[in-house]
Amino acid sequence: MSRIQRIKKGADIRLEGRPAETVSEAPSAQIYAVKPPDFVGVVTKLDVRAGDSVKAGSTLFCDKKKPSVKYSSPVAGTVKEIVRGAKRRILAIEIEADSENSYVDFGVLDVSKSNRDQLLSRVLESGMFPFFRQRPFDVVANPDDLPRSIHISAFDSSPLAASTVVALDGRLADFQNGIDALAKLAGDGGVHLGLRSSDTTLASIGNCQITYFDGPHPSGNVGVQIHHTAPLNKGEMVWTISPQDVANLGALLTSGKYIPTRVVACGGSECKHPQHVLTLSGASISSIVDVPSKSQNGHQVRVISGSPLTGDQISKDGYLGAHHFAIALLPEGHDPKFLLTSGWLSLGLGRFSLSKAFFSWLMPKSKEWTLDTNMGGEERAFVVSGQYEKVFPMDIHPVHLVKSIIVNDIDSMEKLGIYEVSPEDFALCEYGCTSKIPVQKIVREGLDNLRNELG
Amino acid sequence: MKALHKIISSVKPHFEEGGKLAKFWVVFDSLETFTFTPGHVTNNGSHIRDGIDLKRTMFLVIVALLPALLFGTWNIGDQYFSSIGESADLFEKLMVGAFKVIPLIIVSYGVGLGIEFFFAAKRGHGINEGFLVSGMLIPLVMPVDVPLWMVAVAVAFAVIIGKEVFGGTGMNIVNIALTSRAFLFFAYPKQMSGEIWIHDVAASKGGGMLVDGTTGATALGYLASTVGKVTDTPAVQGVMNMFADGGMFSLHNCLLGTIPGSIGETSVIAILLGAIILIVTGIGSLRIMGSFLVGGLVMGLIFNLLGLNGFMMLDPFHQIVIGGFMFGMVFMATDPVTASTTNTGKLIYGFLGGFFSIMIRVFNPAYPEGVMMAVLFMNVMAPMIDHYVLQANINRRQKRLQNI
Repeated sequence: MSRIQRIKKGADIRLEGRPAETVSEAPSAQIYAVKPPDFVGVVTKLDVRAGDSVKAGSTLFCDKKKPSVKYSSPVAGTVKEIVRGAKRRILAIEIEADSENSYVDFGVLDVSKSNRDQLLSRVLESGMFPFFRQRPFDVVANPDDLPRSIHISAFDSSPLAASTVVALDGRLADFQNGIDALAKLAGDGGVHLGLRSSDTTLASIGNCQITYFDGPHPSGNVGVQIHHTAPLNKGEMVWTISPQDVANLGALLTSGKYIPTRVVACGGSECKHPQHVLTLSGASISSIVDVPSKSQNGHQVRVISGSPLTGDQISKDGYLGAHHFAIALLPEGHDPKFLLTSGWLSLGLGRFSLSKAFFSWLMPKSKEWTLDTNMGGEERAFVVSGQYEKVFPMDIHPVHLVKSIIVNDIDSMEKLGIYEVSPEDFALCEYGCTSKIPVQKIVREGLDNLRNELG
Repeated sequence: MKALHKIISSVKPHFEEGGKLAKFWVVFDSLETFTFTPGHVTNNGSHIRDGIDLKRTMFLVIVALLPALLFGTWNIGDQYFSSIGESADLFEKLMVGAFKVIPLIIVSYGVGLGIEFFFAAKRGHGINEGFLVSGMLIPLVMPVDVPLWMVAVAVAFAVIIGKEVFGGTGMNIVNIALTSRAFLFFAYPKQMSGEIWIHDVAASKGGGMLVDGTTGATALGYLASTVGKVTDTPAVQGVMNMFADGGMFSLHNCLLGTIPGSIGETSVIAILLGAIILIVTGIGSLRIMGSFLVGGLVMGLIFNLLGLNGFMMLDPFHQIVIGGFMFGMVFMATDPVTASTTNTGKLIYGFLGGFFSIMIRVFNPAYPEGVMMAVLFMNVMAPMIDHYVLQANINRRQKRLQNI
């Protein structure tokens, strides 16, 4: 049985440089990196040293607290460098790829003939497990838990996102195999798949409960989908995983090889050829997209791994993040804006806004906007109300939840529904905030504090 | 504009730490950010941001206040000339009004922003834009002939006790402009009532220039005089006739605003123009305005049904277009900091605000305007309304847990 869920609140931000629905294969990168900070909650315990040679699927490090959760190398090669930051925290493990890829053989596993333990241990030893995230807290899942259900959002509604239909083209068998495996890993709640109502390609997928979602961003956020299909209560636990990783999981079980394929949407106003690119997780940005040295208006170019609303700012010679399926190139906004021409007294025809305070709302809906990274104002105390509520499609009071996090009132956070949210759900609130409050950072810190408090 | 930015950048080092004028950093910073939205860029989180900021928001509220301000300025002149029975052209009326209004605005902004600068420098943060609106609202809720020193004292009280002691813009519990108005009302009750609603009305009276029948009282002042009297006495009938068609306070005159009253509150049409600006831009809450209106009408209707005195018998529509009801509804009750912040809460807050406005006005004619008291009262109650709305949300979540 499938049903249609209409999401009314939210907003689509149409940015210039939307990736075309074509996939080109990226030349194999020379250097790949696995970045432990991408996996929230992990305490890194290295298994390799610089100079060691590894295969695709060899363990690079594991979680000190949960040694069974292993993180694998996406390619065969030599460990080039362990990049460390402040307090010797490991930021990245860089691997120089061999010209020939070779794989650790994990062996073929027939999903229909294997039980949960067999599947789970295969997922763990291959290094697929870290791609599972859990709600509450939006951190790497714990293999000792039996999740109530597993949720997959098969579309990304954020600006400049990769199209799942394009990414999974020709991989439906792998995807179905992955779903079958998830069905065995999940508890009584089973597997939930959220589809865009116009999507017909994935409608034939079985062994899961399909819900169609209709509406603007953030209807593609898995947290919003969970809230509208089977809301998370205190004490419950669900896992989430991206659709591309479901297909990778399916492929792992049939081939025995760990290949963290990524179809990445390269876009943004500074991207010369906005399109989808086939590569591997952790590939160097330079192998995926050409980053111009100057933007069209003569500024620096910001490289964002992930969505412009939630991604990480990385350098030109950085690497694709583990959970990212998009790269956005946007102009930096270092120019001060004079009050009459483009600042707060201007008509604002060229400034996309969620409010109607600028006349840009008179522009046609189909217009694509070029937005830079300017803050558009200074940080202030909360003044305006009702703004977050317009783009937060959950039965949760976002401002009050954020305020309870700011004052670290754990009791209120729990009551107001912090277990259901992740920072990405607040991305539009942060985008449209008059007071320029760093909401996503506050929510992340709140989740971390709460997790530490609960032990 | 590059040249202007160069000048600003060249003097900036003097104001930075270690510079000669470092004490005045706040002043420099506010002027710099006033002219140029700074080139700050996002770090992580959302890399792109909406262009809207507090400056834009506050500026639009001021734009929405302009119709009421302009009409109020003209009306001062109009009331003055008709009180002494002279005719004057548009320009003369505006001049008389401007002569009264501009000093009020200067005093309000001067005192308020001065205090804001002081506190911002003390606390080491930028100037918040909140007072830009409060500073404009305060003159508009003042009677014409209020002494300037009183305005200065009231603004200082409102900004320091009403706002800064709570932590500045965004932290205050009650509306700043109404706090200043209430301060004057309670601190100087004698000076804040009687012959101050029409410019120079006392002097004109003394000089025998006043047109017969003009007393300078407001609509509410007249109506308050009917309370406690039998409705068919000639005095009460006289008052009620003023509200009939062709009377001084006919529906037509009240909508247009050609009646005595606080500077910005008289013209319903000018205020509604502002309301349209606020609603279209999404800055003023339609929820609050709408429910406030309904609340006022419902109370007016209930009084109609009771009909105990002349005041109660006034048509509900007439009831809400006199006094400060409309101005309070559009510009005071909607203050996002002091109103309820939940969507459901806003409906309750607005309804009760409108309801109590009319109730206080009629039940306690010692307060010539109930809106001020009602909005201040609801400001204090708003957190409690929100508390119950949140509690309902929390209960829903807990119920869901029990149903598993």
